[in-house]
Amino acid sequence: MGIQIDLDKCVGCGNCVPSCPFGLLEIIGEKVQVKDGCNFCGACQEACDYEAIVIEAVTQVSAPGDSHRGVWVFAEQRHSQLKSVVYELLSKGRKLADTLEAELCAVCLGHNINEVEELIAYGADKVYLVDSPALAHFQEDLYARKLVELIQEYKPEIVVAGATPHGRSFIPRVAAILRTGLTADCTGLEIDPETRLLLQTRPTFGGNIMATIICQAKRPQMATVRPRVFRKETPSKSRRGQIIKVDLDSEGITSRTKLLDFIEDITEAVKLEEADIIVSGGRGLGKAENFQLLEELANVLGAALGSSRPPVDDGWISYPHQVGQTGKTVCPKLYIACGISGAVQHLAGMQTSDYIVAINDDPNAPIFEVATYGIVGDLFQVVPMLIEKLKNE
Amino acid sequence: MEYFLSEQQKTIKHLARRIAEERILPVRAELDEKEEFPWAIIKDLADADMFRVFIPEEYEGLGGGCLDLCLVVEELSRVCSGVAISYAATALGCSSLLEYGTEEQKRKYLPDVASGRRLTAFALTEATAGSDVSAIRTTARREQGSYVLNGTKQFITNGGEAEIYTVIALTSPERGIRGASTFLVEKDTPGFTFGKKEKKMGLRASATRELIFRNCLIPEENIIGREGMGFIMAMRLLDRSRPGVGAQAVGLAQGALEATVDYARQRIQFGHPIISLQAVQLMLADMAIAVEAARLLVYSVARTIDSGAKDFTEEAAMAKVFASDTAMKVTTDAVQIFGGAGYMRDYPVEKMMRDAKITQIYEGSNEALRTVIAFELRKRKARRE
Amino acid sequence: MNIVVCLKQVPGITDVKIDPQTNTLVREGIKNIVNPFDTYALEEGVRVKERYGGRVTAISMGPAQAEEVLREAIATGADDAVLLSDSAFAGADTLATAYTLARAIDKLEQYDLIICGRQTIDGDTGQVGPELAEMLKLPFVAYVSKLDEISNGYMRVKRMVEDGYEVMETPLPAVLTVVKEINVPRLPSLRGLAKAKSAVIPVWTAQELGVDNNMVGLSGSATRVIEIFFPQRVGRGEIFQGELESQVSSLVDKLREATIV
Repeated sequence: MGIQIDLDKCVGCGNCVPSCPFGLLEIIGEKVQVKDGCNFCGACQEACDYEAIVIEAVTQVSAPGDSHRGVWVFAEQRHSQLKSVVYELLSKGRKLADTLEAELCAVCLGHNINEVEELIAYGADKVYLVDSPALAHFQEDLYARKLVELIQEYKPEIVVAGATPHGRSFIPRVAAILRTGLTADCTGLEIDPETRLLLQTRPTFGGNIMATIICQAKRPQMATVRPRVFRKETPSKSRRGQIIKVDLDSEGITSRTKLLDFIEDITEAVKLEEADIIVSGGRGLGKAENFQLLEELANVLGAALGSSRPPVDDGWISYPHQVGQTGKTVCPKLYIACGISGAVQHLAGMQTSDYIVAINDDPNAPIFEVATYGIVGDLFQVVPMLIEKLKNE
Repeated sequence: MEYFLSEQQKTIKHLARRIAEERILPVRAELDEKEEFPWAIIKDLADADMFRVFIPEEYEGLGGGCLDLCLVVEELSRVCSGVAISYAATALGCSSLLEYGTEEQKRKYLPDVASGRRLTAFALTEATAGSDVSAIRTTARREQGSYVLNGTKQFITNGGEAEIYTVIALTSPERGIRGASTFLVEKDTPGFTFGKKEKKMGLRASATRELIFRNCLIPEENIIGREGMGFIMAMRLLDRSRPGVGAQAVGLAQGALEATVDYARQRIQFGHPIISLQAVQLMLADMAIAVEAARLLVYSVARTIDSGAKDFTEEAAMAKVFASDTAMKVTTDAVQIFGGAGYMRDYPVEKMMRDAKITQIYEGSNEALRTVIAFELRKRKARRE
Repeated sequence: MNIVVCLKQVPGITDVKIDPQTNTLVREGIKNIVNPFDTYALEEGVRVKERYGGRVTAISMGPAQAEEVLREAIATGADDAVLLSDSAFAGADTLATAYTLARAIDKLEQYDLIICGRQTIDGDTGQVGPELAEMLKLPFVAYVSKLDEISNGYMRVKRMVEDGYEVMETPLPAVLTVVKEINVPRLPSLRGLAKAKSAVIPVWTAQELGVDNNMVGLSGSATRVIEIFFPQRVGRGEIFQGELESQVSSLVDKLREATIV
């Protein structure tokens, strides 16, 4: 098992060398060689026109039985509220389940959880509800053991969960106990029609490279998905489904970790450099108070608030919000620049963002040269419209 | 360019650069603006063992030589000269101990310097005595079992922040400068206070203060060497520290050169980056030549000292003069090439230009040093082997 | 206290660029670095040692050159290090990696605290920490932003959640993953660098670890990569036309399509 270079076929063209994300290929004496550390991703195999690179397929020890059926979504709740990501996953899960002609079930652990019926409205055929005071707060050991129990009893073929702090902490334990595969932070989930396998796509290398991953032999195939990756569909109140109450029966499982206290702190919630979306204001805002308008937009989007230099200099907003050469460098998925002209010093701090939206009433503003999408107009008209549109969907 | 550094020297240089880029660079503008002493960076330097570089192994140091010290100073200065001088001044401030101290004195003070727990300062200059060292007036009167210091030292780097001071004072005023001696004075000794912190053109992160002695009693074991040796010792110690000043100037010039080349590659005028303009190219070339020459002169002198040479007054003076003149010219040219932006405090080069000026003035003004060099030339008729 | 810190050598991804014309990687001498989050884990381990006494052992699973990362760890405070290296380990997913690390930690025998970084910058999964905890059957706390206290065999920590912090208590031994907020990693010291240079770092192979070959490397991986591709690069500069209202509509539609909002 491994990677082999067929020296007869290799002509030393070197086309494969730049294709390796890990830089493990080099031409030595007119043939290519592979350094240590290859993880058989196959990028070089595709780049070779001479079929000189052979990656041997791994023979799996056991083939999956037909016994696993169904798509499960772990319905995470916090403070008795179901999280929004759960509905997003149910919407996607419904589509996966339909393709597989299988059931979609939600698994809910907690105590006195509100609006459990919503899970059905969003597409679940069944909800396994484990309600117990012992589960009121997230307890890693208890949650993990109970989910494992349920999985072992009902044998779903796919289990997905939100990639939230708690999700990312206990779902891997479940995967480890079941000795099955888990793919984190998926941005794409599809079913391969031939094999019924879940094709899990996720970014690696900070998003520079996408990988598609399968879990061939082990079951269930597990995946976590970040919030706001999939769209929440419209719920249908008329959908029918079963809510199945399951007892906790936690004899013998005590949680080793104990929650002593919870300290709320929303100001830390969205840091500029880690934000996926940033709404940023410039001189065009006119005065300090007008940042409130941008704050509203930011709240709707769950975004962080940024600024170019002039507003900070004039004291409209504090320095930690400053983006640019003498401020922070950011690279969010979406950067919305409102009333920012786009001076070089500002661009230096944000031009590598995935999507840049510029709103400015000057059609010649340099910001439009780097913007993915631009609206030439009065930001005091455009931003409220944007807020409305986003709220209404 | 191959500098033939040893493995140890390369390690020291790389680590110093890391500290400079990771810890000093993000705060240098703020330190300059607020004129704050960089205690956090001093701690980083101490944790990284940088103060051990110039202390012998017997006293918990790493036993490095002049070149090792120069490498650290150069790397720190490339990012911020003000921080670099705070470090370098501590090397000068304890050099009297290193060269002329007794075993007891060394054991008492050097380990704390090596660990970076206590900084030092060197106090020679007074209001009446700049280049004219012989005009110092601070006295150290011998009394039973102690010396009593009276007088004021001026423009002392690390003044107020350091805990250990090397002070040159007159034990026999009637003999003039031949009656000077060297003393160790600790901060918080009764009768020892500080004047206000000076507001400077550059090196603003560094603290510069007057030292005020009013009947300050120090134990008689705090004299370094013998009475009357003060002047000779000071001249020798300053000779030895001149390559360090040269290194500070080289680092400063290097930082300015790098910033300028980066800017010239990005700044578009007339449709092209300005580095494609011959006027700029000629200036950059001259800047680069001067920096390299200064560096090599400093390294050579440092190596000469490390090889155990007894006489290096002239060479040390040359290194300091050439490097500091280079720093002034390079940083001024840097601002010129940056153009209007170079004048703005948002860009780093105006600070570098402000920082450079003092290197031509302190630790022996370049004029004074030139006369020293001329004197040596006259003595040996400019002949070399 | 015996503290184990897990480190991984990763490519310095910030240098990875895609050439838009050829759609291939542009690798201008990309260096290998220690996974940045692991430096916070190491720093915390060293601080615990300084506060409570003990030793810090750094371990890493990787090819021979991963040894660099372990030497750096010694230069910044680890007392010793072990490299797990064997061609059998190649191609491991997080499950197989956790298994291999667990076998190595078992072999160390004494351990009170195991610290990992929250995720790697190449894999970004954050799964090895919890899976490792499961393999060792130890309690686990993720996203630790402050280690408050250790006493009487218990540890109190703060961990980050979306809307604040939770104060958790766990018995030792335990596994933690830490976030950047927990500390500022120190730079190496000159004496540390000298020690790292002359340190002897043992290499443990599959045989020495006594692993089940079906549980390591590619064979032990439940998941594998079947395809890699480069994400669609965004087209440049569409300036909307028409009534503001419809421009805003188009904008929102485009952003939704790209699943940004």
